[in-house]
Amino acid sequence: MRNKNHNKQDGVLPNFCHFGVSLKIILAVEAAAYAQAWAASGGPVNALSLLISQSALLQPALLLTLVTLCVGGRALRSLRYSAGLAVVFCLALTIPSLVALSTNRALGDIPQASLAGILMFSGILALLLLGYFHLRSKALSPAITEARLEALQARIRPHFLFNSLNAVLSLVRSDPRRAERALEDLSDLFRALMSDSRTLAPLEDEIALTRAYLNLEELRLGDRLKVVWYIDKMPADALIPPLIIQPLVENAVYHGIEPHREGGEISLNVYRSQDMVHIVIRNPYAGEGHHHAGNKIALANIRERLSLHFDLDATLKSELLGAVYQVHITLPYTRARTPSSSPRR
Amino acid sequence: MPAPLRVLLVDDEAPARRRLAEVLSDCAATLPVQIVGETDNGLDALSLLQKLPVDALLLDIRMPGMDGIEVAQHLQKLHRPPAVIFTTAYDTYACQAFEVNAVDYLMKPVRAERLRTALGKAHTLSQVALDALRQAHPKARSHLSLTEKGRMVLIPVDEIVYLKAEAKYVTVRTLAREFLIEESLVRLESEFAEKFVRIHRNCLVARNRIAEIGKLPGGQDAHYLRLSGLNEKLAVSRRQYSNLREALGG
Repeated sequence: MRNKNHNKQDGVLPNFCHFGVSLKIILAVEAAAYAQAWAASGGPVNALSLLISQSALLQPALLLTLVTLCVGGRALRSLRYSAGLAVVFCLALTIPSLVALSTNRALGDIPQASLAGILMFSGILALLLLGYFHLRSKALSPAITEARLEALQARIRPHFLFNSLNAVLSLVRSDPRRAERALEDLSDLFRALMSDSRTLAPLEDEIALTRAYLNLEELRLGDRLKVVWYIDKMPADALIPPLIIQPLVENAVYHGIEPHREGGEISLNVYRSQDMVHIVIRNPYAGEGHHHAGNKIALANIRERLSLHFDLDATLKSELLGAVYQVHITLPYTRARTPSSSPRR
Repeated sequence: MPAPLRVLLVDDEAPARRRLAEVLSDCAATLPVQIVGETDNGLDALSLLQKLPVDALLLDIRMPGMDGIEVAQHLQKLHRPPAVIFTTAYDTYACQAFEVNAVDYLMKPVRAERLRTALGKAHTLSQVALDALRQAHPKARSHLSLTEKGRMVLIPVDEIVYLKAEAKYVTVRTLAREFLIEESLVRLESEFAEKFVRIHRNCLVARNRIAEIGKLPGGQDAHYLRLSGLNEKLAVSRRQYSNLREALGG
């Protein structure tokens, strides 16, 4: 199983549509162009005027390349990683050259924009940037493999597993039907935990998983656990990294409900605002600082996975609002290609 | 036929108590057992123990409020403390402490055979074992306890305004009254460092009750402290005065 996935471990192409990715590319290219102009003209002021005269070529070439990479992103990422890299590299060479040829025809000759120079400039930058994104995805993918192990060992806390099994056993004689449902929930939960958590999955799957988890907790905690769902307006087809809501809700139960005899209320609010999906989870705050290391690990892990998938476009904010602890995630709204293609449910 | 073993079930999760009761009834053929009561929290367990004759306690460790280890600490003060068998779903640290100190414990889900064996050999806890368990699970108690006229009295730590050492005893002051306990002030200070602060060689006060710190007339550098709701001036030693200022954020 591990070997089959091995080629995926090479790395993933960045999503060029994301603001963070495009921003990094634009800044790098502009900085390189300025440096090149400085070297060519011998001073910062002359460099600026040279840069402006080159802009007629540079800006359209850069933007066209980015747009192409964004539009073709899905096709590129479906290729093998090495093939994807090669195609991106070729695009980064050909698009600026084509732009240069066509502007030359339209506007007449542009100084200092020889085709060889453009090819060299684009080639070096493309290599540097692809190298950077490669290293970055390398640095983040072990975190994801680790996340799966951690998910098995720590996220579903052993404490939760054994208490749940104990609760199921207590139902076997008195309420066998309910015991069956509880075991079904438990197997759904573990199936999700053991599956590959690197591909995005529809939001509704994550919500179903969270419900299965909460059903089990309700069995144990009874009236102490109250859950309020605000999900009527959620974009069910939005793609999100799997296992980002359930672990946060588990934290909410562990820190917000279990330490209180009288229990408390957890609220889960999922909605879409313009192009962003918002996920807000709230739980009562005990006021005491113990057991918080586990929470920090879970948050750091989710943050890393959000960053790998969405770069700067996704945010995770946790804060204390009086006696309420809140985690707020925002991520860009992307849809599954074919609706209801999910094989899971 | 021997008299049935009288058992009290303590677990915050109702399914866990139901499961224990079922398994106990499975054991009934070979080990006569009578469940004299059950409860979902430590405080009620302690008050039930004073009303009902109990031979053995099946006691969950992780419970909200007063945890199982604290219940075990307090029930040592009873005239004839019952045997204690801890139950836990998963707990690496405590299990080591159990093994080392020969404390009886059961892992949930509990098997009938294991439960029967444990009940057969269950014994009362030693102070050494209790201290080791507390170390494996460091947590301040929610109550202090003492015996008064043969009855156990529990004082919620949140109600204590100050603790003052005198001779062999420590005076525990709440707004309502005073109690004497046999504990060391140093140990109390380290256990309750989050809630209490030292103002004098012999005195700890509740941080959240401090109403006023002032200078005593006449004495050079002599300070007093007043607690809200209590019309009493407590002496602040010179040495603790600067610590106190620091602890309260200047």
